[in-house]
Amino acid sequence: MKLLYFAWVRERIGKPDEEIDPPASVRTVGELVSWLSGRGEEYAFAFENAKVIRAAIDHTHVKPDAAIAGAREIAFFPPMTGG
Amino acid sequence: MTVRLQREDFDIGAEIARLTQGRTDIGAVATFTGICRGSDGGERVIAMTLEHYPGMAEAEIARHVAEAEKRWPLLGVTVIHRYGRLVPGENVVLVVTTSSHREVAFAAAEFLMDYLKTRAPFWKKEECSGGADWVKVRQVDNAAIERWQQTGRRPEAAE
Repeated sequence: MKLLYFAWVRERIGKPDEEIDPPASVRTVGELVSWLSGRGEEYAFAFENAKVIRAAIDHTHVKPDAAIAGAREIAFFPPMTGG
Repeated sequence: MTVRLQREDFDIGAEIARLTQGRTDIGAVATFTGICRGSDGGERVIAMTLEHYPGMAEAEIARHVAEAEKRWPLLGVTVIHRYGRLVPGENVVLVVTTSSHREVAFAAAEFLMDYLKTRAPFWKKEECSGGADWVKVRQVDNAAIERWQQTGRRPEAAE
């Protein structure tokens, strides 16, 4: 699946997107955040305060307990400041 | 419904005309324009860069316009949100709502702006004299949404 990062999440991880293939044990958005956090310091830094991280699956906002099965695109970003 | 994301500026008069031309059922047009401010908390703002999530930004705005159309008898809505680097004084966002009467046009424009602030995937980075940093969410912006969810109407005290 494709991961996308925006704003300071993107800056901390150091890239705007990537293709990943998480193990089958990673079933939810929250579990994906934990798994990503273990991949390196830049991920741990980006996700250090998991409570403030927002996520979207295929362009729709989701909560950490959302299942990732079948997702094409998962995005992580900070709280939004549009308008 | 028209939802557009663009780098370039918009023409408010032209956007109103696009919604009202050739129609006689519209009795009210409300517009909201968000403009890049030159100061934030006493600090001078040199510029603001708006990052967005292409694809989701359009989809999310369209979902909120659809929700507004369910709540109120609207006769046409346009939302334009700019992205990229903007300097103080430049337009950022435009919401135009039309209806037969003003109450609906005002309420729907306010509803859409409240949702755009905290649900549409945009992020502002401000360049100030002391450096650049991401804008934080204002608590009043979150509170504005909660009120729509609880009552379906926004009460008077928004601040």
